[in-house]
Amino acid sequence: MGVMKLAGMTLAGLVKQPETIQYPAEEKPAIPGHKGRVTVDVAQCILCGICQKRCPCGAIAVDKASRSWTIDRFRCVQCGSCVRECPKHCLTMDPARPAVAAKKHLDSFEVPERQKTKASAAKESAQS
Amino acid sequence: MGKQTIIPFGPQHPVLPEPLHLDLVVEDEKVIEAIPQIGFVHRGLEKLVETRDYQQFVYVAERICGICAFGHSMGYAETVERLMGVEVPERAQYLRVIWHELSRIHSHILWLGLAADAFGYESLFMHCWRLRERVLDIFQKTCGGRVILSVVKVGGVVRDIDVAQLKYILDVLEGLRAEYEQICRAFLKDTSVKNRTVGVGYISTEDALGLSMVGPFARASNVDYDVRSLGIGAYGQLSDFQPIVSSDGDCYARMEVRTREVVQSIEIIKEMILRMPQGPIAVDVKGAPADGAESSMVVEQPRGECYYYARGNGTKYLDRMRMRTPTSQNLAGMTVALAGCDLADVNTIILTIDPCISCTER
Repeated sequence: MGVMKLAGMTLAGLVKQPETIQYPAEEKPAIPGHKGRVTVDVAQCILCGICQKRCPCGAIAVDKASRSWTIDRFRCVQCGSCVRECPKHCLTMDPARPAVAAKKHLDSFEVPERQKTKASAAKESAQS
Repeated sequence: MGKQTIIPFGPQHPVLPEPLHLDLVVEDEKVIEAIPQIGFVHRGLEKLVETRDYQQFVYVAERICGICAFGHSMGYAETVERLMGVEVPERAQYLRVIWHELSRIHSHILWLGLAADAFGYESLFMHCWRLRERVLDIFQKTCGGRVILSVVKVGGVVRDIDVAQLKYILDVLEGLRAEYEQICRAFLKDTSVKNRTVGVGYISTEDALGLSMVGPFARASNVDYDVRSLGIGAYGQLSDFQPIVSSDGDCYARMEVRTREVVQSIEIIKEMILRMPQGPIAVDVKGAPADGAESSMVVEQPRGECYYYARGNGTKYLDRMRMRTPTSQNLAGMTVALAGCDLADVNTIILTIDPCISCTER
């Protein structure tokens, strides 16, 4: 007779640690390398626009004229293309879970003017 | 002879994970004919190939289906790599096989849980899904995601698995295997499971071949066909691969084939990890597919053979991308299996083909 085949495993569950957690009182710790929100270090950004070009869902907008870097987090699919392609490595993925948004909005960052290095200043003066 | 009645089944039905509609022509308690209808989740993903370049489309391809997400991204990438004559590094091929086989394990365990739920074995369902979580945890640690992995790109993969993580995968699979064998015993030896599956929904080998059935559905009817045995990519490096077949052709045989395939996948992953070569994980792919260039590829998805076709037009946007998914091949077999069955067995038979309507409609 093939009955009670699962009894051992089910009864063992009575003494084992639970497999689930008491969310939201308890949260799973963020795993290193986990995908998450795209964060930008604007001090390093050169507004090259490669992230905007590579994004498969058009979530990133780079505006050189107004020196702004904008992301629509509701369109982002966390593929990581922008993070990989950024030549200055100023984009990273933050695995921490942010608070739930109450309404849709764009996250816009102002990119500061970069201080001229000696080499770039010399190049500019040579051109003029 | 009783009066014939048509009972609509789906698209919203407790046993169906995805929207499939069937008109069941019944006479008393016997199903005389089943007429399927799909078209509830068509998203037009193939058309998007005109607005996403060939590198961006990987992320669209993996959203065709949540269960075989990795398989679709791999199948698409391999098709484009063949189209452009790109040679993928060996380590990337091994990594792709590891993730693909992990996808098969999680897909089959998920299906086993759904099957248990369909014939009313709730505790078995929960144990199956508990074990599946372990595989999803592996995905989370190695890819950064649990379902949509985004690790494939044209030319290789974007993430490597280091030695510590490879050892972690081996340890998890070893632990999973011990518990999985107990679950298999419940599926294959329990009388209540046998009562619901043995001799139900029979398909002969001739029918399986005649209806071009693929995957575990066909292999349970003694059709010895598995794309992995063609040795594409790192599958060619396996020391031995024999498709798992059964000759009974009923629901029990389909369940048996899937339960044994999980163990086979664990063995494949172990072998891949032990023979993992060193080297780069991707090559840079530049340029665009030539105008008029065509390529095709087959991948053994958890549900069976999936065919991919791509055509270039000289730009970075493909001219055409086409997929033929395993469920579209298996729907005809399902209607044959349903003809003549008891009404109470309909849900079990539908589940044993493991229908994936999202893949089929795209």
